[in-house]
Amino acid sequence: MPQLPATLAEPGQDGTLILNMGPQHPSTHGVLRVVLEIEGETIVRLRPEIGYLHTGIEKTCEAKFYQQVVPLTDRIDYLCPMTNNLCYCLAVEKLLGLEIPPKAQWMRVLMNELTRINSHLVWLGTHAMDIGAMTVLLYCFREREEVLRFYEMVSGQRMMSSYFRIGGLALEPPLGFFEKVKKFADGFPSKVDEYENLLTGNPIFMMRTKGIARLSAEDAIALGACGPTLRGSGVDIDLRRDSPYTGYENFKFNVPVRTEGDVFARYVCRVQELRESIAIVQQALAGMPEGPIKADAPKVVLPDREKMETQMEALIYHFKIITEGFAVPEGEVYQAVESPRGEMGYYIVSDGTAKPYRVHMRGPSFANLQTVAKMCEGQLIADVVAAIGSIDIVLGDCDR
Amino acid sequence: MPLTAPITEIEKLKSHPALATLLEWNSSVVQAVKFDRDELTIWVEKDAIREAGAILRDARDCPFNYLCDVTAVDWYPLEPRFEVVYHLLSIPTKERVRLKTRLDGSSPALESVTSVWPSANFYEREVFDLFGVRFTGHPNLKRIMMPDDWEGHPLRKDYPVEGYR
Repeated sequence: MPQLPATLAEPGQDGTLILNMGPQHPSTHGVLRVVLEIEGETIVRLRPEIGYLHTGIEKTCEAKFYQQVVPLTDRIDYLCPMTNNLCYCLAVEKLLGLEIPPKAQWMRVLMNELTRINSHLVWLGTHAMDIGAMTVLLYCFREREEVLRFYEMVSGQRMMSSYFRIGGLALEPPLGFFEKVKKFADGFPSKVDEYENLLTGNPIFMMRTKGIARLSAEDAIALGACGPTLRGSGVDIDLRRDSPYTGYENFKFNVPVRTEGDVFARYVCRVQELRESIAIVQQALAGMPEGPIKADAPKVVLPDREKMETQMEALIYHFKIITEGFAVPEGEVYQAVESPRGEMGYYIVSDGTAKPYRVHMRGPSFANLQTVAKMCEGQLIADVVAAIGSIDIVLGDCDR
Repeated sequence: MPLTAPITEIEKLKSHPALATLLEWNSSVVQAVKFDRDELTIWVEKDAIREAGAILRDARDCPFNYLCDVTAVDWYPLEPRFEVVYHLLSIPTKERVRLKTRLDGSSPALESVTSVWPSANFYEREVFDLFGVRFTGHPNLKRIMMPDDWEGHPLRKDYPVEGYR
């Protein structure tokens, strides 16, 4: 059974050297600090040090009303804000026993997959840049910009969107939105071909990724890897397919799995996921149902502006939700969704009041980080960068 | 989906693989069960948590080989004050179960499950850091989020939201 190294040896012992990397290192994707014990160029042991971005979001949540937590969740994993929103909203809706109308569910799937594309594009660009391919970043950010424009169209915000709310969506998607997404989705597969032309088969990229930072399926499960890191090691699991939420059971898609367990396998999984995501977007556009975007629960969901200005009751509900929140029945739930990085889980305990008693986020980056130590044993220093990039770490998600 | 009343009788939930495995091994470790909102919670005797974990991990039909998460809930000022919560997933069958243990507030400590699921390493360090629950047998029980010289455990309910000034 693999274990993380307990402590590093003292410097100088067994002729090894302690090398510090980060927290201000461009290839650590934020503020990750890695302490390396090296012998020549070879890694003997590696220890990640985190907490530089710890903001105490879990504690803050306990002092907020349920609906006030939604904007906080954006800031946890800032590359996939909508997935965070979705996971939190699903958990609270499960506590409340709310039924969500079909259009809201399909919009959630659509935006969630665009979010996955957004996140994977940032990963692809930065990961390729880490190992020496500059151009890909510029290509990826070109398409990411379009996705951010979709965010802005629906929510008015490019990054911290808070678009999903408890009981549905914040706003109706604007006119012309679906046509623009359709145009993007039609052109996107050829863009993925462009990235693949630059990387897959590129001899330098292959040498930097093939056979590097291997992780066996047993180690991946034991060390808690999730998402593409786990699937790259040959474990076939995807929560969208295995325990569907928010209407994913209506969509057809493949789950890419590779058995090599190296950096290249994780790369292939993610690039394939880009193609699968855009296929889901196409299905969502084709079958988008008509109807309301919010659940029929006046005590929980804010009324429309127009109703508020004409109906006394709506105004009262609005006032009550804003000033006192809404009580959530006692209980606890653990809701897991498949974020671009793996299993993202929200564990919420309610004591029957309007504020959550405890909110805990299970961050996929936090779980994946534990595997890096195992991956890097016996590898070269330069491969540490490739290994960290290959788990697609977001430190906001890791430290919370 | 509309809410229904939780089921708390062991008899009615016997068919769930996790509960069946634990009862077959040693029925005295199961303190209570609850099936609420499609999720099963099993309260396990504090001293048996590591062994119960190992039994569940190695179960033949439905091995709970993946530890999703370890966290805690502080019920201050009630006693027993802490509940340590384990979320398990069985990758072959996709079953989930939640294990819980209750701990007193005076000097909360229980056995580490790192020897069963190595991924518990970081999770238990986080619980130790933010709640002050000690895990005996943990290979490297140090603070993970807060600085090493930090005083207090921020997620305890008697710790102010703004911190000590």
